[in-house]
Amino acid sequence: MSEPVLQVRRLNVGFASRGRVTPAVRDLSFSVKAGETLAIVGESGSGKSLTAFALLGLVPPPGVVSGEAIALEGRNLIGLPEKRLREVRGARIAMIFQEPMTALNPVLTIGEQIMEVILEHERVSPRAAKARALELLAQVRIPDAERRFHDYPHRLSGGMRQRVVIAMALACAPAVLVADEPTTALDVTIQAQILDLIDTLKREHGTAVVLITHDLGVVAEHADRVLVLYAGRKVEERAARDLFAAPLHPYTRGLIAARPRLGGRGAVRARLTEIPGTVPGLAAMPDGCAFAPRCPVAEAACTLALPPLVPAGTGSVACLRVGDIHAAEPERLSVVHA
Amino acid sequence: MSLITLAAPTPHAAPRSGFLWRLLRRPSGVVGLLLLAAIIAVAASAPLLYPDDPLDMVAQPFLWPGQDAAYPLGTDMMGRDIASGIFHGARVSLLIGAVAASVSLLIGTATGALAGYYGGRTDAALMRVTELFQTIPPFLFALAIVAILQPSIPTITLAIGITAWPSLARLVRAEVLKLRNGELVQASIALGAGDLRIIVLHILPNTLAPIIVSASILVASAILTESSLAFLGLGDPNVVSWGGMVGAGREVLRTDWYIATLPGLAIVVAVLALNLLGDGLNDALDPKGERRA
Amino acid sequence: MAALAHLRRGFVQIAFVVLGIAIINFFLLRLAPGDAAQVMAGEAGSATPEYMAALRRQFGLDQPLHVQFFSYLKNVLTLNLGYSFRQGLPVSELIAHRVGPTLLLMGASIGFAITVGGTLGFLAARHAGKAADTIISILALLFYATPVFWVGVMLVVVFSVALDWLPVGGMITIEAGHTGLAYAWDVAQHLVLPTLTLGLFYLAIYTRLMRASMLEVYGQDFVRTARAKGVRAHRIAVRHVLRNALLPIVTTLGVQLGSVLGGAILVETVFSWPGLGRLAFEALFQRDLNLLLGILFCSSIVVVLINLAVDVIYTLLDPRISLGGTP
Repeated sequence: MSEPVLQVRRLNVGFASRGRVTPAVRDLSFSVKAGETLAIVGESGSGKSLTAFALLGLVPPPGVVSGEAIALEGRNLIGLPEKRLREVRGARIAMIFQEPMTALNPVLTIGEQIMEVILEHERVSPRAAKARALELLAQVRIPDAERRFHDYPHRLSGGMRQRVVIAMALACAPAVLVADEPTTALDVTIQAQILDLIDTLKREHGTAVVLITHDLGVVAEHADRVLVLYAGRKVEERAARDLFAAPLHPYTRGLIAARPRLGGRGAVRARLTEIPGTVPGLAAMPDGCAFAPRCPVAEAACTLALPPLVPAGTGSVACLRVGDIHAAEPERLSVVHA
Repeated sequence: MSLITLAAPTPHAAPRSGFLWRLLRRPSGVVGLLLLAAIIAVAASAPLLYPDDPLDMVAQPFLWPGQDAAYPLGTDMMGRDIASGIFHGARVSLLIGAVAASVSLLIGTATGALAGYYGGRTDAALMRVTELFQTIPPFLFALAIVAILQPSIPTITLAIGITAWPSLARLVRAEVLKLRNGELVQASIALGAGDLRIIVLHILPNTLAPIIVSASILVASAILTESSLAFLGLGDPNVVSWGGMVGAGREVLRTDWYIATLPGLAIVVAVLALNLLGDGLNDALDPKGERRA
Repeated sequence: MAALAHLRRGFVQIAFVVLGIAIINFFLLRLAPGDAAQVMAGEAGSATPEYMAALRRQFGLDQPLHVQFFSYLKNVLTLNLGYSFRQGLPVSELIAHRVGPTLLLMGASIGFAITVGGTLGFLAARHAGKAADTIISILALLFYATPVFWVGVMLVVVFSVALDWLPVGGMITIEAGHTGLAYAWDVAQHLVLPTLTLGLFYLAIYTRLMRASMLEVYGQDFVRTARAKGVRAHRIAVRHVLRNALLPIVTTLGVQLGSVLGGAILVETVFSWPGLGRLAFEALFQRDLNLLLGILFCSSIVVVLINLAVDVIYTLLDPRISLGGTP
């Protein structure tokens, strides 16, 4: 496949207070290709939403973003002046939010809000922008688009509002779409529709999608690759099929084991908090592997030094015990080596 | 979920004793406290520094400030010492301000708490009355009361107190409504605690922060109202009042403008002090403000 | 339909206020020294004994309290607010003559306070935490702490006495006998200082309110959406934040009308502005208590009526609310 449209190298996000920066996302690297969906999975507090905001340069103060690069179509967004960043946002990289109920301005019609993106980034007449907005409303399957165009957000259901947010995000055909828990706030039946819509539009436009979620059911159905985040660090990243077939990191294994196997799509909604214990606080990060205190297979060495990310099958994993786990469960090993 | 809550590293819960420290860390809190302390000192020292009645004629009239070292702020058209008037005026302003604010606090808190706690018809009726009091221009209302009852410190205080409570009642009601359905109150009801007991022991202590902030603002506006009444000639004729001094000085504005100017400055300082203190208290008592600011 | 419901609600509100103030006035009159007839006729000597007797009969002062109250209420409802012997005119007529100038002064002051205060608050919020914000906030705090009457007195000292730019008081230059545009210009000149005086206090309120309201809206999700869309900072401020921040401002406007009217009394006194406030001051000095209570009654009605108008403005600004309905 083609070159990745988004390459993140050694991204760090932290919070500055009284001269010190408390890190929240550390040394995070990943890349996404056109037409690919990368899922970033983690518990709340793992830094996944923060990563999403960092991609668009929207981390609010006292948040601080640093690192080597957030390369979008070859252009590094880290250190780009706000003026340039603004031109990229909404045009080349766009975002869908968790809360469709509050993501839209209550005093502007949805038509005005969709047209706004187009007019802000392209030199087109209002008439052309309106035609495009109507087209987008049809694309995101909003019935009776002509009438809905003049409606205010409060007249729309949550699912309909999320469709409007998607229409805004796709208005300028961005290269990358960041979806931060796009279905968490929606009814189960609507969730599947919205995710299918994102999939369809992704295929039609060749958009790269970064899907932030804690819902493994969503990941299994819609992601090509999965990146597992724990306490701000990547602990495992692999092709979705492989990861579900044979999770390597004890944390990933815990996540998958904790997930109820109901099978039916949309019915799978496991919260990632079913592993005993909680993510350590940012200020009280242990020296070694951050998962060690909750890990069933941790040993003394795990608490001494940070485990490095090592290549494993279709991706990489950061765990000192990964070899031993395989030895104990040879039937899973075969999958990894396949 | 907003990014702010997601992002905030678990803050160490500040101990309650840290409140004064938090107040003193805000410039508005510090300046407000200092100014207020200064005014209280002025009020307290008035009988020591100026033992004579400030309404007595003590020197030749129209002495400009600085003209005679014995009367640093000059004298008015009746030969009264302006400095003495300002010192004694502080006592009157603070007294009326504090007592009138207490009256408002009492009425406002009781109305708001009862309306919020009982809801339904009680709430509707009490809010109607509150609305009525908000509709009648409060200053005009106070003025009518004082005019009818004859101006004296008690009538002025009462008039200000019973016209200034509606906004506090609304505030307390909103807070009580929030707590009303909370676990603590529901548990107390389940345990069979009496209504009054629940309101006084469980609800009011939790609405204390906004009430304290309002109290300082109420004192400030009571001082403003008192001075306005006195300016119109509705002050207690037996005591000196800053507003009355401005009103009297108005007559000679063309030539001796300092007579109206100086007591006005005193009012500004007093009201400013209390408003600043209110701002500082608001920030210090609101843990969210810490991060938002 | 909705508009009808709105009107009905307004009518109920007015009815309640009329009843409430009638009760309050009735008992205030009873608190005054002397009987109600004496109070109503002004100080002794200003009315003939025959008129006093007629008054007593009219208000049935020999009747039981509730009968007295109902006859008082009936008088109020027929807008019979009594007669002012001092002024030699019926109270309602006196008030009708003075409402106009007061409304003009209030309108000009609120307009000034909202436009200038709103702009200052907008700027402070746009530059929150910077020098401009600090300066604006300090200014607002100062204006907020300054008594209205003293501002008036000081403005007179500077602009009328020292600089002689603007008239000291009144609404028109009587001897000039202007008509048409010249008249309007004359009134406008007389209006400047009173407007500034009354407006500065409310300017402070709207500055603080607008700043707080803008900052509140800035924290909302849809502003983040607008940023993610790549909307320019200035457009976010105006199109997304300002429009939403205006809503609480309009609400506050309604709540504060009563207080503005109270301030107008002081300002009208300082500048001899021939409005309700000035009339109230005159009534106060002549101990024309009935006139004073009539003014209290009518200004409350004015507040209710303007409040109803404010409700309509609110529905125009917020698409979520329609007339008569609840959000």
